Amino acid sequence: MIALYVVIGVLVVLLILVVLNFNSLVRLRNQTQNAWSQIDVQLKRRHDLIPNLVETAKGYMAHERETLEAVTNARNLAQGAIGKGIDAQAKAEGELGGALSRLLAVAENYPDLKANQNFLALQEELTSTENKIAFSRQFYNDSILRYNNKIQMFPSSVIAAMTGFKAGEFFEIEVGTEREAPKVSFA
Amino acid sequence: MWEQIRSNQIRSMVLVVGMAAVLLVLGYFLGLVFFGSGTGGLIIALVLWLVMNLVAYFQGDSILLGISKARKITRDDHPRLFNVVEEMKIASGLEKMPDIYIIDDPALNAFAAGRDPSRASIAITSGLLQKLNRDELQGVIAHEISHIKNRDVLLMSFCSVLLGSIVILAWYATHMLFFSAMYGGRRSSGRGGGGGGEAIVLLIGILLMILAPIIAQLIYFAISRRREYLADASGALYTRYPEGLASALEKIAASTTELKTANQATAPMYIINPFRQKGRPAADLTSTHPPISERIRILRSMAGGASLADYNAAYARVHQGGGAILPSPALAAGAAPLRAPTPESAPLEPEPGKVERTREVSDLMWRMNNYRTVNCACGTKLKVPPNFKKSEVRCPHCGRIHPV
Repeated sequence: MIALYVVIGVLVVLLILVVLNFNSLVRLRNQTQNAWSQIDVQLKRRHDLIPNLVETAKGYMAHERETLEAVTNARNLAQGAIGKGIDAQAKAEGELGGALSRLLAVAENYPDLKANQNFLALQEELTSTENKIAFSRQFYNDSILRYNNKIQMFPSSVIAAMTGFKAGEFFEIEVGTEREAPKVSFA
Repeated sequence: MWEQIRSNQIRSMVLVVGMAAVLLVLGYFLGLVFFGSGTGGLIIALVLWLVMNLVAYFQGDSILLGISKARKITRDDHPRLFNVVEEMKIASGLEKMPDIYIIDDPALNAFAAGRDPSRASIAITSGLLQKLNRDELQGVIAHEISHIKNRDVLLMSFCSVLLGSIVILAWYATHMLFFSAMYGGRRSSGRGGGGGGEAIVLLIGILLMILAPIIAQLIYFAISRRREYLADASGALYTRYPEGLASALEKIAASTTELKTANQATAPMYIINPFRQKGRPAADLTSTHPPISERIRILRSMAGGASLADYNAAYARVHQGGGAILPSPALAAGAAPLRAPTPESAPLEPEPGKVERTREVSDLMWRMNNYRTVNCACGTKLKVPPNFKKSEVRCPHCGRIHPV
């Protein structure tokens, strides 16, 4: 009789452990998905800001038609790359980022533009959006790390293997371009 | 993060239970002294504590924001502050954007309020908003967001209620004792021959009245200091840039302006102790916050990365192998590389200089006090007070007349 109770007790404890671990696996996976969608939100925000920025800058920098067009084109390409896989999207977004920083660098030569309230507000929004993209990527990677740790560590690793949880992928950016601190040359 | 919050919660819980014990013992002995029954005093202490807890839980944030004269602002009032808070909200994975408040005060300080992460607020003084550049502001906001994320706000308001109950109880008991000694002297002498037992109880009661608030305060401060370290560590983790917070703390430490609206009970809510004194010995028992120079040193010696393990190592270095300040389960979380500082001349950084920042904040304060702004063609911005009666105003620089 006692043996039966012990067996039942052990089974109940095991069941509770399984349920708790399963639930925290689900919670962590949902968090990674939510974090991923946050990146998309911020990328979309950047796309939305650009037409406004180009429109404002146009009036002041008529001579920089090429730079402005480059930004508009890069933005359209980036928008077209949505849904074509992480690699294509990351590449297009990287090019858009480059075109944008060229535009803002050129804008330094136009004091009138830099004094424009609208432009300043847009510039603040754009800076912040760049930061938000970086931070949402950072949070995505943090969540993936937590999720992967959970999947690979005992005892949740057993439950993850049985119920088919798969380790998530980190959002890596091309090493050597974005990671490196910007170099200033005085040549 | 979750593991670390949980294990920190256990340590804090031990301290909270200690404080609760002080309250109950105090109530018990006061009951013995005044009603001749410990249970009566116990019940009064418990009821007082419960009522104050309910008030703190449901009204705590509005009370705190109210007594600090904080005013809520919208995105249009200060887009940069809003963006920085939103960036840190994203980095920390907070579900909901906290409300943002401004305190019109030249002192440099900030605090977080709200009982849970879905109902939180961050308040910052106008002085601080003026003084900090973007990286520093980010560090301060990250520190406050960590308080919200780690649920320190709830814990600290819980503790301050406990402390408050003890102080109130001891205060009233002292006064009752004083009055009964003055008016009730005949009664107690009439009863006569109470014996040594009563005298001992009275003695313990008086002792407790004096000691309980002090003990409770020490425990309160111990909890608060521990929380500050954790908030600094997670702040560095969210921004990946400890130098931002370090240099903000340096600016704050250099200022000598005291916050007008702070008091002893609300002190632990702020980013630094509003009542700090210069030249205090390090690791003071009676301080709500760790010494600011030490916090800066720890942040600055986080050489390898911004993870919690790096903070812990830096803490040990500053304390000469003084052991860990953060619980060990949190430290396995993996590396977090530092990011580069925002370069001064980065084209992507519309960093307003000191003058612009000052103007920006003072414009905000004018607006919040219901002054209307009239832009004159000569470049002057006229601030029209809310009780201005006339229908037009003359520009003091160029003499143009503007309708109001």
